[in-house]
This record gives sequence, structure tokens and C-alpha cells, in this order.
Amino acid sequence: MPFTVRLAQISPVLGDVPANLDRHLELIGRAQADGVDLIVFPEMSLCGYHVRDLASEVALRRDSSELGAIAAAADGVSAVVGFVEELPGYELCVAAGYFEAGGLRHVHHKVYLPTYGMFDEQRYFANGSRIRAFESRLGPIGLLICEDVWHPSAPMIAAHDGAHVLVVIANSPARGPREGSWDTEQAYAGMLRTYAELFGCFVVFVNRVGYEDGVHFWGGSRVISPDGDVLTEAPLTEEVCVEAALDLEHVRRARIATPLLADENLDLTIRELTRIRDERTRP
Amino acid sequence: MSGLDLDCALVERTLTGFVREELGKFGFTRAVIGLSGGIDSTVSVFVATRALGAGNVTGLIMPYRTSNPESRADAELAAAELGIETLVVDISPMLDAYFEQFPDASKERRGNKMARERMTILYDHSMALQAMVVGTSNKTEILLGYTTLWGDMASAVNPIARHLGVPTRVVGKAPSADLWTGQTDEGELGFTYDDADRVLYELIDRRRDCESIIADGLDPDFVHRIYRMIRDSQYKRRMPLIAKLSHRSVDRDFRYSRDWGR
Repeated sequence: MPFTVRLAQISPVLGDVPANLDRHLELIGRAQADGVDLIVFPEMSLCGYHVRDLASEVALRRDSSELGAIAAAADGVSAVVGFVEELPGYELCVAAGYFEAGGLRHVHHKVYLPTYGMFDEQRYFANGSRIRAFESRLGPIGLLICEDVWHPSAPMIAAHDGAHVLVVIANSPARGPREGSWDTEQAYAGMLRTYAELFGCFVVFVNRVGYEDGVHFWGGSRVISPDGDVLTEAPLTEEVCVEAALDLEHVRRARIATPLLADENLDLTIRELTRIRDERTRP
Repeated sequence: MSGLDLDCALVERTLTGFVREELGKFGFTRAVIGLSGGIDSTVSVFVATRALGAGNVTGLIMPYRTSNPESRADAELAAAELGIETLVVDISPMLDAYFEQFPDASKERRGNKMARERMTILYDHSMALQAMVVGTSNKTEILLGYTTLWGDMASAVNPIARHLGVPTRVVGKAPSADLWTGQTDEGELGFTYDDADRVLYELIDRRRDCESIIADGLDPDFVHRIYRMIRDSQYKRRMPLIAKLSHRSVDRDFRYSRDWGR
């Protein structure tokens, strides 16, 4: 059964969770009224990106009223929302939550926290420690966050774990304005298309827009089919919602025509990676 | 395509969005900009006007009695082209009154004082007009430290780019701080901005070191001089130092974005 996904390419207010929560509830409500099946928000959509020392202030516990309100709204329509989660041991993680049927169905914690150049994430956040696909009412999904997809092992694990749809949420800053686009946009366009084709899955990518302290987020959210076709693409820079219809039958056809996942030699991959790790850590 | 070439249309869209959003977050719809008639302030005022509309931008022209009259004419030309309001504030009375007490002051002291006098006038009009001060510094002069601390560097937001349909007589003329008669930036620095940009691009944007650039055939003395200028002006690019005494010091372990809550 095809389903409709709406990409909410928004610009959150930095550090103002109540204001962002209102915006989410409004957009989730509208998506439901419009008969949309899944609405996807960007990374850290409930708090903004450069939270720095606000990290603990904007962090939400799993049982918080804010996540409860999102869950209650996500009934009939499913939602992927970005936030900072405070874990029981008080670690703070960059989180992507998948909500459906009035509950929080799955949480992914960002595994790769960039801490170089303009990024400072490991100063404030703890790394996620697992990548898992999960079943949803719409089909099997894998959630990844921004820097995670700069490591091809992350989408590879999600695909081999059964994901037919990779949902990637991001706060990607624009750098290098060249020939109608940004260097960062070009890099993402290539990676996401490559993953869709190599792993035979849909890629749903939602990047934020707006400015924080002069840093500009480029948007360009998109859905890519398992054949590498861009089914919908939001414009650069604008706050906007775009939609696409996903038919998971497409995944079946792509994987039968080009059985790359089935042909993967996992034993060889694991054996060689294990050897490489052991050789690196041998005293 | 060289790394110094940019997609101008995309840059313009990004900078106008930057001015509109960063002012808007703080409740401002208006901007005030010091106009010198030079390329930087002309580009800034073009960006601000495209972002906010001509009715929301005020250009302050602040000549000293020895300033080149062409500077004022070029500032007024740009303002007329954009249809923005301008205000002329002659800084000669304040400068002259001050330096009557220090008649032997060097031309550099006088130049710095002019830049800081203009800063206080801009910030006074920021309040009077409920307008944010939009800056006019470019990346090259910021990196070289060829600026007056708390003077022409002072602003609330700083967009800059070349292009934008700036009048050609402004684009074509020699960059000058116009702090004394006949001054040109390149004359005072002893090198051209194009030559400096080539070194800065390799050192800063491409993260290369001096030795590898010199191996490309650039003049070793020039490369080392640029490197020293960057190093020796680092203090201008930071907030004032605060001695660490308490457990939490502003900007060291008290870290918040300026757009906090916005």
C-alpha cells in the first residue's frame, strides 16, 4: 500500500522548546487532516541546533509531557521528530523519535557526533551505541541523523537490519556556494542517491532551514527512490512542506532486479573488519 | 573554477536572508549603515536594502574635513541608486575639539579616533532610529587585522560580498580608509588585496601551511608577512580576555549562542 510522507522543512527557534512544540503539534494536526501518513521533522527540531550550554535545559526525558504531547498527536499520522534526550544515567543524546498510534515506537541516538571544524557536538552530547531497523505500520524503517550518513557503515547496517525506508534527519550548514548550490548539498545529493541505489531502499531526507548566529542551513529536503530517482525535492533555504508517495513494492522490484543486499558477503565483511580492528588495537 | 569564485546569486540570496532573519529575531526591521563611498559599505548597503527594503535602511555619511569629497559623492550616488535615506554628520567639530588637547597626535591616532567616532554615531542612531548597525568589514581585512578595534569593526551583523550591481565607479576605485588625504589601503599595506587573498585562501580556507604555499612559487617573505599579520591581529577578533577565577567564566565555560531563544 503506498503511503504519503510529508517533509517539514522548518526553522526551529533556538532553545525554545514550548514554541517549537506548538509548531510541531500544529503541523502534525494539519498533516493528519490532510490524510498524510508520515510527517518528518529535521534533526533537533524541538530545540534548534547550536544549543551549547542549553543542552541540559532543552533535553527531554522519555516520559516528559512534551514527548507525550507529540505521541498523543501522532495518532492516525506517524511522525519523526528530532530532540535531545536525557537518559536515565543523565547522558544527553541527539535523538530521532518515531511516533505512531499514540506512542513513541522507536528512538535512534546519533552515533557520529562531529567535533571538528565548525562542529562541537561531543562536547555536549554522548554517542549513540546502536543502529537498528524497526517495524512500523508503514513498513520497516531505519532512522539516521545527519553525520551518521557520512559513515557508509551506518546506512549499510540499517539496510541489512531490514530497513526499506531510510529516514535521515539533518541540520546541515551551508558551505561553499558554487554554481547554484552548496558544496554540502552536492555531497549529500551524491551520498543519499548512492545509498538508495546500493541498499535498494527509499531515502527520506529532511534538513532544516534558517540561520543561527550567522550559520545558514540549506534545506533541500528530498525523497529518493530505490532506483535513485528524486521523487520530490524541497527548494533550498525556504521554510516549506513537500510530499511524496512511497510504494514499498518499489523496494521489492529494485532488490530483485539488482540483488546487491542479498549478495553482500557479510561473513567476509565482518571477518575483515574484525581483523582490521584487531590489528589496529594490538599492542 | 577557482575557490575564490562564488555563485553570486546564491550568495546574495543567503546574505539577504541572513540580514533579514538575524535582525528580525531581535525585533528589528530597520538597519543603519555607515557609508564611505567605498566598495565594502556599498556592498553592505546593497545587501541590507535588498533584504529590508529602501524605506528601512538609513545611510550615515560621516566625513571629516580632510576626507576626499569624492567619497561623499560616491556614497550619495549609491544611496540615490537604492533610494534610501541618508544623513550627513560632519565629525570635524568633535575630532578637532579632541585633538586640540593632543596637537602632536600621529595620523594613525587621528585615523583610529575617526573610526571610533563614527562607531559612536552609528550606535547613537541605532537607538534613535530603532535600527541595527550593519557592518562593513570584509574577510580579508578582518584576517589581516587592517581595521580599527571597536571602530570600523563594530557592528551587530556583518554581511559582505562583491557583485550585486554596485556602481562601477565604486567597484573600480582603489580601496581606501580615507583617514588622511591620498591614503589607499594597498599603498599603506604595500601589497594588493588580490595578492593577499591568494595567500589567505590557501592558508585559511584550504588549511595549508606556509612552506607548502612557498613551494608553489609564492614569495616567502610575503607569505610569512601575511601569516604574521594574521597571528598578530588575533586579539582583534576575540572578545576581551577575562581572568579565570570562578568555576564558570563568560565565553570559556559559559557558552551560549547569540540567537539563544530566537
